[in-house]
Amino acid sequence: MVPDSANRYDTIVVGGGLVGAAVAFGMARRGRRVGVFDGGDRDFRASRGNFGLVWVQGKGADYAPYARLSGAAASCWSDFAAQLLSDTGIDVGLEQNGGYDFCLEQAEWDARASEMSRVAAHTDGEFEYEMLGNAELRQRIPEVSDEVLGASYSPLDGHVNPLYLLRALHQRLLDLGAAYHGAEPVVSSAAEAGRFVVTSARGRYRCERLVFCAGLANQRLAADLGMHIPLQPLRGQLLITERVPRFLPCATLQVRQTMEGTLQIGDSHEDVGYDESTTLEVITRLAARAVRIFPHLRHVRLQRAWGALRVMTPDGNPVYQQSRAHAGAYAISCHSGVTLAAMHAGPVAAWLCGEPGHPLIGEFPADRFDVSAA
Amino acid sequence: MFRRLEDSAPERIEIEIDGEPVLVPAGISLAAALFYLDAMPSRRTQLSASPRAAFCMMGACFECLLEVEGEGSQRACQLQVRPGLRAWRQLDPLEPGANS
Amino acid sequence: MKTSYPLVIIGAGPAGMAAAQVAAAQGVEVAVIDEQAQPGGQIYRNVDSSPLADAQLLGRDYLLGKPQVQAFRHTPIEYFPASAVWYLDRNREIGLLHQAEHRRIEAGSIVIACGAQERPMPIPGWQLPGVMTAGAGQILLKSAALVPSQPPVLAGSGPLMLLLAWQYLRAGVGVRAIVDTTPRHNRLQAMLRLPRALAAAEYLYKGLKLISAIKRARIPWYLEARNLCADGDEQLQRLRFDSRGGAVEIETGLLQLHQGVIPALQLADAAGCEMRWSEMQQCWQPLVDAWGESSIAGVFIAGDAAGIGGARAAALAGQLAGLQVAFRQNRIGQQQRNRLARPLQIALRRHLAIRPFLDSYYRIDNDAQLSDGTTLVCRCEEISAAEIDAVAALGCSGPNQAKAFTRCGMGHCQGRFCGASVEILLARHRACSVADIGRFTTRPPLKPVTLGQLAAASGDQS
Repeated sequence: MVPDSANRYDTIVVGGGLVGAAVAFGMARRGRRVGVFDGGDRDFRASRGNFGLVWVQGKGADYAPYARLSGAAASCWSDFAAQLLSDTGIDVGLEQNGGYDFCLEQAEWDARASEMSRVAAHTDGEFEYEMLGNAELRQRIPEVSDEVLGASYSPLDGHVNPLYLLRALHQRLLDLGAAYHGAEPVVSSAAEAGRFVVTSARGRYRCERLVFCAGLANQRLAADLGMHIPLQPLRGQLLITERVPRFLPCATLQVRQTMEGTLQIGDSHEDVGYDESTTLEVITRLAARAVRIFPHLRHVRLQRAWGALRVMTPDGNPVYQQSRAHAGAYAISCHSGVTLAAMHAGPVAAWLCGEPGHPLIGEFPADRFDVSAA
Repeated sequence: MFRRLEDSAPERIEIEIDGEPVLVPAGISLAAALFYLDAMPSRRTQLSASPRAAFCMMGACFECLLEVEGEGSQRACQLQVRPGLRAWRQLDPLEPGANS
Repeated sequence: MKTSYPLVIIGAGPAGMAAAQVAAAQGVEVAVIDEQAQPGGQIYRNVDSSPLADAQLLGRDYLLGKPQVQAFRHTPIEYFPASAVWYLDRNREIGLLHQAEHRRIEAGSIVIACGAQERPMPIPGWQLPGVMTAGAGQILLKSAALVPSQPPVLAGSGPLMLLLAWQYLRAGVGVRAIVDTTPRHNRLQAMLRLPRALAAAEYLYKGLKLISAIKRARIPWYLEARNLCADGDEQLQRLRFDSRGGAVEIETGLLQLHQGVIPALQLADAAGCEMRWSEMQQCWQPLVDAWGESSIAGVFIAGDAAGIGGARAAALAGQLAGLQVAFRQNRIGQQQRNRLARPLQIALRRHLAIRPFLDSYYRIDNDAQLSDGTTLVCRCEEISAAEIDAVAALGCSGPNQAKAFTRCGMGHCQGRFCGASVEILLARHRACSVADIGRFTTRPPLKPVTLGQLAAASGDQS
């Protein structure tokens, strides 16, 4: 039997993906004794299906606080990446020199133009963007096909290697004295005399604060402490190619050249439930779109294709919620673990530690989904 | 590194490796031809330019990758030589496909 | 090529050929897809088109394949050689490359008969030109009549290493040395299983014949070798190792490694078949029933792809799978199936009787693997054992997390040559069995395919 004191943490973070690792890192940096409980090696993991974008374009077109949150998160990324590099020696490969989102059809172009103008309006013009026609676009990226109608462009966008980001966060966690319980999923939790008791696959643990960052499992796990967080999986299939000579000047929403030189091609949006398998239909469709935009990629070999499940709230915006019934218990749900990582490790971690945090955090309560509130 | 057994089928065909015409036994794989020609290494890795040659000869290890008729990274162990076949060793680590 | 077949068999080695013949004989419409240009698999490669003046030098067992290959060539099936299955899923949807074009096929049933691959034998320097698998040496001999210009060093453990030495001797090529890594304590374990092995005495007789021929040739044979290290700059120059306490160095330009074979699992993985760890064979195997059917209904796995049993057992397993498919598709009744199966099952049991002896005699010692942190675990992405140890120290939840953190297994070979090593290293770190570590998730493409080939297929569908 493990002595009781070994099973006691200031804070338990449920989930060791990009969201959990970032907030756990942020809280450990604030001196908390943090325990991170992670699921198994083959669990659904949005963090391994990530496209790696630090992306502002189009985010929050229909909800101004999300547009502002994304902008704020993107603007702290360069300091965040530099700090991770100096603390861990891991270069997460941040390249924040703009991003393109291609339009192949007129309808796409029209919808995009409207979306961009709404985001700009929500952020009082802080969000900068351009709509580029084919000729302008090809001046900047000559490999683009003349079949492409154009693209939206924002200088605020960028990309990182999401896997190295996760590794850097895990390494920092351990350096700061946090305990990582890998392959030890949390089963349930309860409030007991102002504290929380967390039951994992291997034991029982106590803590003063409890943060659910368990991806899709938040819906089930956070319910133990009175938080209702409706979530839906949305499958994305992704492709990675072999390494090719560098030709992309920056990220695009359709094709991203990684720091290794491989191309990541994304991604599908499929409402298929808890099924992360791949399909021939989607793999061939994604490849066809990539070749349609960049015909010279025809000869490039596919290296890997896989599916992952996005964590989607009903309105697509994040959730930052403290339990009203059990203060000290929190839930975070979002599908922008990369873009928001710097925010999660900074102001959100501060908020979780009981500090004021960031004024925008209060704009994302989970009870906006309650039927009674509607 | 390898030689052909003396009493085996004598037919030879001409192929091109790195732009040089060479004679190799008919009916063998391109990877086998490289061993026959002692064309080592058969590639360099893109990451560190370290020298490599065919390792498993059965399509599993991908060490025998070669540019064949303008198509990069073909498994030489899975391709039969045929008269006039043109192949290039991928010896430049940074520019895959640069030879074509 | 049609877009759907009642039975698709992947692989035309002993298991695939046998399954095709039996199913076709019962009236099942069969398509056989094989990556090789000729039927026979690795074991019977070029058996009816040998470049050798006298293929007898490869031994009698090899020639046993000739009538099988010839019968297969006359079987009324659709046979697609030089075609690679790059995609398979649990819905039995198949993506393949045939004559450089992507094709999509749906299969009523599938028999996966893709055989085995060599168990990776990671040692420092194993990526150098001049180091290859023993199987590669044998393929060069069978398919190209190529033999080493200078006597090679053979290192590792297992029957194939001895067979290759014997074949090289018969071809008039010397062998510089055999560096045998078989652990000494295996012998006792094997002896306990000898009585059962006597049921398949011809295997024992054949083994003894190889060993005595090698001994007669006075080839230096180093026993209990450990800490192997291949040295060289641009090419292999020497092999260093310890043998019975002494350090040995051999100058050589060619080193052929072998430590047994393991099932090639990519296709079974892709189909979603459940796997289990075999402590005896030290490898993962798909769970199959007596007919070879996996946990996914309609997906059968026959031959070495389901667990190592050798060519003879593979052919019998292929026949059994063929019968079961014919039964499922109402081509034969249950009684007829059982009557036809009985002699096959008896023969299969007999051929498998040798396995416990062989498996325990040549059981690899995982503790002796990867003792040097500089060893490249992942040849493709050039990831060392020390780098895997470093992420294991982070508490890494398993092989897939290690892959995400290091890129190990993300290269061209799709983890075929690093998966086993990552499992061993993580198990060592956690002091548990590989069974508790799990394995890489296999991702398509299983074989190389270009975006252009895929894009062309997408156009067809829309």
